[in-house]
Amino acid sequence: MKNDSLSFWERLYIKEVLKGLILTSKHFFQNMKVHILNLFGVKTERKGAVTIQYPEEKKSLSTRHRNLHRLTVREDDSPRCVACMMCETICPAKCIYIVAGEHPDPSIEKYPVSFDIDLGICVYCGFCVEACPEDAIRMDTRMLEIASYSREGMKYNKEMLMDHNKYCKKD
Amino acid sequence: MHTLTIDGKEMRVERGTTILEAAKKIGIEIPHYCYHPGLSIAGNCRMCLVEIEGVPKLQISCYTLVSDGIKVHTRSERVIKARQAILEFLLINHPLDCPVCDQAGECYLQIYYMRHGLYNSTFLEDKVKKRKAVVIGPTVILDSERCVLCGRCVRFCDEVSKSSELGIFNRGDHSEISTFPKKELNNKYSGNVVDICPVGALTDRDFRFKCRVWYLKEKPSICPGCSNGCNVWIHYNVDRTCKAEGKRVMRIKPRFNEEVNKWWICDEGRYGYKFVDDNRIEKPYIRQQGKLIPVSWDMAIERIAGLLKKYPPESIGIVPSPQCTNEDNFVLKKLFSEHLGIKNIDYRVPSQLNVYSDDFLIREDKNPNSRGCEELGLFPKDKGLELKDMLREAENKEIKILYLMNHDLVKKMGREEVALALSSVDSLIFQGTNFNETVEFADFLLPSSTFAEKDGTFINQSGRVQKINKALEPLGDSLSEWKIFVKIARELGIPVEYGGPEEIFFDITKEISSFVGLSYSLIGDEGINLY
Ligand code: SF4
Ligand code: SF4
Ligand code: SF4
Ligand code: SF4
Ligand code: FES
Repeated sequence: MKNDSLSFWERLYIKEVLKGLILTSKHFFQNMKVHILNLFGVKTERKGAVTIQYPEEKKSLSTRHRNLHRLTVREDDSPRCVACMMCETICPAKCIYIVAGEHPDPSIEKYPVSFDIDLGICVYCGFCVEACPEDAIRMDTRMLEIASYSREGMKYNKEMLMDHNKYCKKD
Repeated sequence: MHTLTIDGKEMRVERGTTILEAAKKIGIEIPHYCYHPGLSIAGNCRMCLVEIEGVPKLQISCYTLVSDGIKVHTRSERVIKARQAILEFLLINHPLDCPVCDQAGECYLQIYYMRHGLYNSTFLEDKVKKRKAVVIGPTVILDSERCVLCGRCVRFCDEVSKSSELGIFNRGDHSEISTFPKKELNNKYSGNVVDICPVGALTDRDFRFKCRVWYLKEKPSICPGCSNGCNVWIHYNVDRTCKAEGKRVMRIKPRFNEEVNKWWICDEGRYGYKFVDDNRIEKPYIRQQGKLIPVSWDMAIERIAGLLKKYPPESIGIVPSPQCTNEDNFVLKKLFSEHLGIKNIDYRVPSQLNVYSDDFLIREDKNPNSRGCEELGLFPKDKGLELKDMLREAENKEIKILYLMNHDLVKKMGREEVALALSSVDSLIFQGTNFNETVEFADFLLPSSTFAEKDGTFINQSGRVQKINKALEPLGDSLSEWKIFVKIARELGIPVEYGGPEEIFFDITKEISSFVGLSYSLIGDEGINLY
């Protein structure tokens, strides 16, 4: 691609800096007007800011966006996962650790005794979701707040991952 | 001899060979389920169909003998279509269990379907449901739905274990493998049915869900369970961070050896690997004020070398182990017999009473290398004491140091018989792999590595030299026996210095007449007979 060369005025930057200042002050005074009006009880249709007021306000995400994992459950709230380890096998970051066990019900047969994901290492590729033959793992909680003060805090176990279903309740 | 062509390649084979075996000889694999080289031919799965020129119908290659001049096609259009049809038929009632099924990854339904399958199902009916996860014996679980009714397991129980617990019951869609009423699949060889089942219908209760097969690594080795020296694969997994409670060996599988064990191993050998990861002695210990305290190797070696220097050879008794490799025992002999002049050396610890043995694989002697100890001469000569005399002399305070190599004397000879002797000696040195009752008497514990953690050779009861190979790193601080002896020798300033088992074996072939001419490369994975 060819870069457009800058004109003399643009190269001085003064015009561009001023343009920026004008835009910022426009928003500032506009917002200040709205906030003062609000203060005196006059509500306007206008929002108080052009920015998104996180965390009260959240940006909508694409339906294809990959975010915090969850383990889906059967009707009786037991995990859908059968510990086949497809996700563990495909995971390029090797951050899934599963231990399988014998389920008392022979029609289910196998279940994860433990299922841990270390999100500190996860690269959010979504391969685990693609690989799962049971639709047992998904990344559709729309949760982005996955920060922690420690590495330990980034490790999610089976119970926590199943608990993430609460973010997807449809009622 | 017959001359025939298979897929355009001309070949000559012995008369009486089947087409399937002939094809295998020139590297053409004909898919099959019911055929197993170690069992009689049933010819019921029809997966092995081939086309023979001039014969109107396709023929099963596992049961059709070659005849002179025939032209066989294993990849013609008709054959491929037939295979597709057979697979479609087999999958009519087959469940979609692969995520749960232990066989996934080594399942011949999966493998053949990928190669020859018909990918669009044309089946509309409901599947016949059968019994799932049925415990049919102490070692095996049956899933009837996954069974392709090849009958291998039934023939195994009739022909190899000769216990006839299994049969095929009912008709048509409802045919099912099952044990006969009031019987369970419980014989000394029952685990083998899992190996020969081409699908996941029979799974191993011990291995179930422990590890997916694609995580396993394998190493050829020899079963240390008895003097037959069956060839095995050690299947292990050390890569996954969350291993089954830190266990490394996942299962033992038989390794084909025409001369020793064919395709089979006994259950005792198959499930006898647990000691590799459980209850191991991981550090050297020295008894201080009645308690075993972990110490460093240097400290333990220094103390033991001190003892060996202090006491005259007549007051020292050595009990080598037929569980150790020839290499271990050779270095033991060099150090204790040749250099230190100890004559009281006897490996012959009586085996436990009433051990099972048969005329198939299981031998009475539960050690893999008694023959090796015999060849190396690890028994008393020139007025040396036998084990029971050593123990008696220990009670009389004549034997003051007893160096036990991995023998649980308490278990093998009885607590009353050995307790006095073991507590009378000044120092009891126990060099071995696992804690046991004899360890309670020990003053020194030296951790040694198991068969899965070292290289070396065993000689089985028929005089076959076979190699074991290191699959795992020694657990904890444990070391191969020969390395421990080299450490002691160094401390004593004795010139016994080796770099590895192959180097030791080279010396054995020079010094022990029955080994002359052998080498690791000659032994290979199959082993070789002495003389
Ligand atoms: S999103 Fe990718 S990196 Fe993260 S757990 Fe799934 S497979 Fe592993
Ligand atoms: S792929 Fe799905 S069913 Fe398999 S272990 Fe992962 S989450 Fe469980
Ligand atoms: S037997 Fe083979 S095809 Fe059938 S469920 Fe098991 S792995 Fe899958
Ligand atoms: S259980 Fe396995 S070995 Fe036995 S008949 Fe069925 S598929 Fe064959
Ligand atoms: S292998 Fe030939 S019919 Fe089964």
